[in-house]
Amino acid sequence: MSAAQTKLAPYDIARIRSDFPILAASMHGQPLAYLDSASSAQKPRAVTDAMTHLFENDYANVHRGVYQLSATSTRLYDEARQAAARLISAATDEVIFTRNTTEAINLVAASWGRRNLAPGDEVLLTEMEHHSNIVPWQLVCEERGARVVVAPVDDRGELILEEFEKLLGDRTRLVALAHVSNVLGTINPVRTVCDLAHARDALVLVDGAQAAPRLPVDVNALGCDFYAYSGHKLYGPNGVGVLWGRGEILDAMPPFLGGGGMIETVTFEKSTYAPVPDRFEAGTPDVGCAVGLRAAIDYVEALGLEEIARHEEALLEYGTALLEEIPGLHIIGKAQEKTGVLSFTVDGIHPHDIGTVLDREGVAIRVGHHCAQPLMDRFGVPATARASLGLYNDREDLDRLVSGIRSAIEIFA
Amino acid sequence: MDLRELYQTTILDHNKKPRNFRVPEDANHEGHGHNPLCGDDFTVHVTLEDGVVKDIGFQGTGCAISKASASLMTERVKGRTVAELDTMFEDFHELVTSDPLQEPDISGMGKLAVFAGVREYPMRVKCATLAWHTASAAVHGDSGVAKTE
Repeated sequence: MSAAQTKLAPYDIARIRSDFPILAASMHGQPLAYLDSASSAQKPRAVTDAMTHLFENDYANVHRGVYQLSATSTRLYDEARQAAARLISAATDEVIFTRNTTEAINLVAASWGRRNLAPGDEVLLTEMEHHSNIVPWQLVCEERGARVVVAPVDDRGELILEEFEKLLGDRTRLVALAHVSNVLGTINPVRTVCDLAHARDALVLVDGAQAAPRLPVDVNALGCDFYAYSGHKLYGPNGVGVLWGRGEILDAMPPFLGGGGMIETVTFEKSTYAPVPDRFEAGTPDVGCAVGLRAAIDYVEALGLEEIARHEEALLEYGTALLEEIPGLHIIGKAQEKTGVLSFTVDGIHPHDIGTVLDREGVAIRVGHHCAQPLMDRFGVPATARASLGLYNDREDLDRLVSGIRSAIEIFA
Repeated sequence: MDLRELYQTTILDHNKKPRNFRVPEDANHEGHGHNPLCGDDFTVHVTLEDGVVKDIGFQGTGCAISKASASLMTERVKGRTVAELDTMFEDFHELVTSDPLQEPDISGMGKLAVFAGVREYPMRVKCATLAWHTASAAVHGDSGVAKTE
């Protein structure tokens, strides 16, 4: 029986926390309160065990040997792809392993973009995109004489749909947007965006780095054309990401990187390429990370994505209420639909100083621009402090966040 | 280490009330410093005459460490030669990057000794040195933006 079929009920936070060895660590003599999962999530023992088990028992190169070990490794790699597809309700042969979300987006920009963008064409983004969903489009647009167009967000941090619709023009070839904002926590109305875009014959790429670890995702229900997510934010290892694309679109795309594993035949005159997904996986694949990702997916599926979402939503509500009581603190990102991200500023205290004070109290948060400088400009701040939730956080973590912020206010008063 | 050793009274004071937070009227050199990691962003304006820093001021935003460092830096280098500024920068850099297990060498550092606590916080060294990098770029006429990288 696979872990995916074992449901834990109810949401047993003490047991869940004990699955993550690092949560028992102490920082500066204080227990760790890890509130930076939007940046990168901690790993359960199941993930590190699966990877160790692979390397100690089953490892060989995949797709390249006729011996038993290679066959086992290949099977494990294929099963990892099935899990990566299952998580987002996608077809397995439409799922490509990349290094991370960034590489997945670059793959689409370089392969689809170079082939399909003509001078004067437009790629429509939103103001809340992570740099990884901005820069690849700038690069390919510059090369192709195309243009990046940006749809604005309102003061609550929600995409302004009417403006988005106006910017969606005859030249829009692709819309690229985050499913969930890494800074604001905003859950974007992806289905609506896809319907609007498709009515204009534009494709939609969704950056799912923040959504995949905390919301049930069904790419067909969303109606998008590409969906990308990362292993390391999903409690898995760092070296693996996932790109899903519609089969007929992927089939028509040229290779991204060239090398072994992605070819059909090679001569010095001409090479022909393997079908998807192999066409986009040049070079020896990272089977260790794929196996780790599979273990991570089994883990979150065993808990249940809906239960994780509910858990984080309840904590978000609790944390929001606590932060709103602090004088001089401003929460940035108040969308109706949002995930467990609390970005904030405090009058008279730079986010970096808040981060340092919290660190000394064992509370780990992210401070800075969160790879979203245009969004910082939109809200007129150089940086924010950001506490973000993972499936293992509890109320005590948030109580300690608040106590640390109060210490900072005391120091800088 | 207690946080108060990092955020010493002098640092908190200069963060709240930065000195020379202005553009000298007759400034003839400027440098722009930016720390892309955290968004600290300062411009240092210098009135340089015959190799001497006649006047100096700064503008911009940043964390308490970077702002207080900029403020104290301007006090420290005003009236000094470019060669003296260079030496002070070297000494300051050594102070904030020296081994935290050893006693810091604060001889001749004056008020800048309050930054010895930064040694314990490697993530904050760039904050402390940004204004110095920027001042150095200004007086040496380096073009472009001073980076802490």
